[in-house]
Amino acid sequence: MVDIVVDAKGLACPMPIVKAKKAMDTLQSGQIMEWLTTDKGSMKDFQAWIKQTNHELLEAKEGNGVFTFIVKKG
Amino acid sequence: MSQKEKTTIVLFSGDLDKAIAAFIIANGAAAYDHEVTIFFTFWGLNTLRKDSPVPVKKGFLENMFGKRMPRGANKLGLSRMNMAGIGPKIIKHVMKKHNALSLPQLIELAQEQGVKLVACTMTMDLLGLRKEELIDGIDYAGVAAYLGDAAEAKVNLFI
Repeated sequence: MVDIVVDAKGLACPMPIVKAKKAMDTLQSGQIMEWLTTDKGSMKDFQAWIKQTNHELLEAKEGNGVFTFIVKKG
Repeated sequence: MSQKEKTTIVLFSGDLDKAIAAFIIANGAAAYDHEVTIFFTFWGLNTLRKDSPVPVKKGFLENMFGKRMPRGANKLGLSRMNMAGIGPKIIKHVMKKHNALSLPQLIELAQEQGVKLVACTMTMDLLGLRKEELIDGIDYAGVAAYLGDAAEAKVNLFI
């Protein structure tokens, strides 16, 4: 179901979003990326990025300090 | 394909903290798929200097600037709490601890992401900086080129 997993845990700004962008560039429209991060700003950060870049957020959750986002490429 | 959004930043300052902020925003904007330009003018140009001296013939005033200005991204001081050069060492240590990229790494990442780094040729002349003294892969232009980019950009920052 998930086409690519991006593990950005432990990385500081701006690396998580840069890694997300690089991974997205390798996907076709409609494919799914799972993105993991420990950055506390990521809930707002990632949603803003998804909106601006016209992707679709399918799921966002947090557990044990790890944020997990499932995104469909627009 | 639709036209890309643009972000432009003027980096006027040669302070380490401000240069780091500029490059974090530039890299973030590139991840937003923006076309990003950083225009380096005055002390901001020091960010682009190579680490080691490059032999070039200079006049007295040019030499005075060249010798007293920080030579490259690793030599910049902090705008506050510089503490005679200990501040930057502390910041670099703390950044490493938090897994943040150093300024040289941020510059490399920016170039890899296609961020356009533009050195202001007029201030290069004023400060006596030559192309050979600045890092590779950058552009050279003046205010008109910057304004051309900035006029089309939604995000314009002066740092």
